[in-house]
Amino acid sequence: MSDTSHGTGGLAFDAKKRSWPNEMNIFIALVIITLIFEALGQLLPYMNGQSMLFDFNTNRDGTILNIARLKIIILQVSIIGIIALGVTQVIISGGIDLSSGPLVGATAMIVMSFSQTEFLPTGSANPDAVFGSWALDLPLIIPIIVGLAFGAFIGAINGTLIAYTRIPPFIATLGMFLICRGIAQAWTRGQPISFPTEGYKFIGAGMAPVVWFIGLAFIFHFLLKYTVYGKHTYAIGSNEDAARMSGINIKRHKVMVYMIASMLAAFAAIVLSSKNLTAQAGMGPFYELYAIAMAVIGGVSLTGGRGSIIGTVLGAMVFGVIQSGFTYLRLDAFYQLMSMGAIIIAAVVLDKMRQERGASKG
Amino acid sequence: MTDTILETKGLTKHYGGVHALNDADFVLTKGEHVAIMGDNGAGKSTFVRQITGVEQRTRGEIVFDGAPVHFSGPIDAREAGIETVFQTLALADDLNVPDNLFLGREKTKWNWLGPFRRLDYKAMREDTIAGLEKTGVKIPNIRNTIANMSGGQRQCVAIARTATFPSKLTIMDEPTAALGVQETAQVENIIRTLKEQGESLILVSHNMRQVFDLVDRIIVFRRGRIVANLNKGDTDGNDVVSYITGAKTGAEFETAD
Repeated sequence: MSDTSHGTGGLAFDAKKRSWPNEMNIFIALVIITLIFEALGQLLPYMNGQSMLFDFNTNRDGTILNIARLKIIILQVSIIGIIALGVTQVIISGGIDLSSGPLVGATAMIVMSFSQTEFLPTGSANPDAVFGSWALDLPLIIPIIVGLAFGAFIGAINGTLIAYTRIPPFIATLGMFLICRGIAQAWTRGQPISFPTEGYKFIGAGMAPVVWFIGLAFIFHFLLKYTVYGKHTYAIGSNEDAARMSGINIKRHKVMVYMIASMLAAFAAIVLSSKNLTAQAGMGPFYELYAIAMAVIGGVSLTGGRGSIIGTVLGAMVFGVIQSGFTYLRLDAFYQLMSMGAIIIAAVVLDKMRQERGASKG
Repeated sequence: MTDTILETKGLTKHYGGVHALNDADFVLTKGEHVAIMGDNGAGKSTFVRQITGVEQRTRGEIVFDGAPVHFSGPIDAREAGIETVFQTLALADDLNVPDNLFLGREKTKWNWLGPFRRLDYKAMREDTIAGLEKTGVKIPNIRNTIANMSGGQRQCVAIARTATFPSKLTIMDEPTAALGVQETAQVENIIRTLKEQGESLILVSHNMRQVFDLVDRIIVFRRGRIVANLNKGDTDGNDVVSYITGAKTGAEFETAD
């Protein structure tokens, strides 16, 4: 184990001097960004000394923390965060997935049309019913299976195109981006779908998206870190030729990576449509880019091979803190976009610098 | 039971009109270490690529371990027991030493999970340390990623990978071409370890001293043909050079051309 300070062949090294994990840097960045918002809250005259994370006056939830704000910070990134978990493994494998946002829209439309209730609470018939009465009041499991199957289908097409025709992932998923937007609009000719069953409402109710996000983050952390699947994903992104020479079935693995990513996006669509109680063709605007941004802020390298789920979760938290922080400072949303853009660029620049410093040690 | 591990008969490879390899007849016995020498473009690497299945031969026969073989790729060859150190090292830079050593043949637990079966990090780490110690490779910290290692350390990892897993035949294509003195010595030590373990080896090398230090027999290629098959004891550096440059051709190969 690591308590030995001797490597093989009698070479000594300082076992305590483990390399500084990149996740620590992101965590520190998260803390610094939070502190900046707190400081601005204290300094800006119109804020009247209000704090972002603390609530010293009302003691509303029995603590000095502003629980309501903390809940919002994580709740608003949970659904995109679920997509980002899938995007993380795609980027680690050396690819990119641009189709996840429109896939959310398409899946939400399809799933919602299988989860409608026959009668509204008022007793009148559902005015938005997409299919006949056979598709109304179906058991909860059916829309979920339909949604995940649709995600798997789209992901399989993405993966097959990328692995077998060897076109760049950017092009394959860009095409799928438009196709999915088209499917979403064609499904009901642009009409929104509403009135889900009671069971379906439960999936994304309240803080449920956070539970899904955290739960899935644990599962994917395990998958990437402790399984053959994860190791091969890193290996393919790191050096595809080496992975092939080592006997890894690259094609099959890539199809699997894209399928899992699209299934996560489909699941995000289920949670989102359940939370909103409606599905619209334009759902999930820019979600694919936000998901990529979360991964990139979290230290996932766009050249593949490096990154982690912990990093992406922290990246999502940075995202949430910035969104909340701007609302808290009552600044307009366009400043939020600008600073978010700057942070994404800074994250990639810092990663690049870190990489070059590491390489020059050789 | 024959003690021949590899035999090629009339092995030929044409790239369009270029005859890169012509009628190579070659025999390697079990436990024997053979060097392949020759000028650039003499057909050494082409010969190796036909054996390891990286390329498909134009004509001829390869008999490995008593049976004719047709490898469709290097993975086929590896499964049959041929380990190859390629000139491009085939290491994943972002993974550490045990991950690279066991890439594609990981030790796992929970195998019922299929592709999501769990990696047995502890066992792989222990085997890696045992393997590196057996081959005398010096790596300060095996948890370092390959990206943080020197060229020599990378080469040692690549070679230790072939040496850690028991194989019937190891092929190394210029393993010390880019290495310093100490690192070359380490690689040569690994090759000696293979000899002690009784594993057969084909070593492609330009380094005369190294070849005379390490192998039993020297095969010389020139212009796509085998022109000499020399036992180490019956030859010297000058003799080998005259075969490489074309001043001499082995008596049994005179008929060729």
